Amino acid sequence: MSDWVEACEAGDIDEEDVMRFDHDGRTFAIYRSPDDEYFATDGLCSHEKVHLADGLVMDDIIECPKHNGRFNYKTGQARGAPVCVNLRTYPVRVDAGKVLVQVG
Amino acid sequence: MVMQAGMVIIGAGECGGRAALTLRDLSFDGPVTLIGDEPHLPYERPPLSKEAMTGDAPAIKAIVSDELLAERSIKHIHSVQAVAIDRAAHSVRLSDGSTMPYDKLLLATGSTPRRLPMQGLGPRCVYLRTFNDALAIRAHLKAGNRTAIIGGGFIGLELAAAARRLGASVTVIEAQPRILMRGVPAEIAGIIHQAHEAEGVKILTGQAIAAIADDGTDVRITLAGGGDIVADLAVIGIGAVPVTALAAEGGLTIDNGIAVDAELRTSDPDIFAAGDCCSFPLAVYGGRRVRLEAWRNAQEQGALAARNMLGAGEAHAAVPWFWSDQYGLTLQISGLSDEGRSTVRRDLDDGAFILFHLAQDGRLVAASGIGRGNAVARDIRLAEMLIARRAKPAPEALGSQTVKLKSLLAA
Repeated sequence: MSDWVEACEAGDIDEEDVMRFDHDGRTFAIYRSPDDEYFATDGLCSHEKVHLADGLVMDDIIECPKHNGRFNYKTGQARGAPVCVNLRTYPVRVDAGKVLVQVG
Repeated sequence: MVMQAGMVIIGAGECGGRAALTLRDLSFDGPVTLIGDEPHLPYERPPLSKEAMTGDAPAIKAIVSDELLAERSIKHIHSVQAVAIDRAAHSVRLSDGSTMPYDKLLLATGSTPRRLPMQGLGPRCVYLRTFNDALAIRAHLKAGNRTAIIGGGFIGLELAAAARRLGASVTVIEAQPRILMRGVPAEIAGIIHQAHEAEGVKILTGQAIAAIADDGTDVRITLAGGGDIVADLAVIGIGAVPVTALAAEGGLTIDNGIAVDAELRTSDPDIFAAGDCCSFPLAVYGGRRVRLEAWRNAQEQGALAARNMLGAGEAHAAVPWFWSDQYGLTLQISGLSDEGRSTVRRDLDDGAFILFHLAQDGRLVAASGIGRGNAVARDIRLAEMLIARRAKPAPEALGSQTVKLKSLLAA
């Protein structure tokens, strides 16, 4: 379980923002929190399979662009209707300016 | 007070379903009864007019399963109508002859398609509200089928897109000078109009209907300006009216829907109303009384009514929000654009754009956006927050793509 994959440059994502990352037929969302930490979740909303990277990040919440389902992107926890299924989260580390995600 | 009868919810759609779940989320442990006149579990209605219906086996998108209802001790009574409220006795009489007592009652009765007030309608003239309606319509939509859509509103246009996807030929007949007259700026309606024409939909605007004749196979629609449209199916989508008969007969105040206060309480303190069926004071516009037919409103008001049935005393504070999907385009609107006196346009990537609607005093009151996929979603959401804060952002900032809307929230 050491399948770390380079997702992007650390500077590619603004603080309190999100970016889509596709790898090996899967899609992820990579987040940079307001306090400059990086996180990763599944890329698609658990409600209707919409790309979360088109959504809005506020503090530690990502909101789906389609129907406003909310998740805590640090834990993956669904935060109320219409979403009820949590997102899977993935370990992230920053190494030499690169954001690496353990996609396993 | 000892709760015995518990909470009764009339209407098992998005609003009623959310209310029932919210009562349990808040640890209410008395009886919760959800009564609906359809045979289905509470389900999401927005997909019914959209491409979700174009699959081989369209299925209900339920918002709660039988298992979850059982786990949360929510009693769902389906295929039954509420026929009368006895406010003095705190009970509701049902169409199966039974009587259901309540401590607090929520009316989430929704809306129903406005009927076309004309002679000559028959079995090939249909309306769309329920999943069963959608299935019946879908059975007709196939290559070679001629579909007429009466009314160029959201339901009709979304259905036009779905019908084209299935290969039917489509004619939309709109009495107003343009489609989407209600609530959508002309600039955005024009984009949607072009998209439909590019997909082969024939749109006739400014066309009143003089007569309809339905012989059970063909529907002949005669236009007042001359000419006939002959179709295999005519879908009528000319708006919706709130379902208020139960409330009206119970003596509750009606004012373009069941009139409720900011806490969604009707003129009877033990009866609440929420969703499409109610009119309420919209705080963000100084208490202007409105009625909204929108999925998110149904969801939010269902949850708010549940909280207030438990005594939260919480006033409605949300900003209206709507969306529509047609072909690859998504329209999103936050706020009510008729509150605006001027507009500022912000262009985004790939042809997407947002119109910001400003009041006389410069306050941002609404934002309307259109683009492919979810191109406008994030900025519309930020606009909604600015609207909620009664912000007066500089028009130059709104219009400049280089100024992040998020930065205006901090101002």
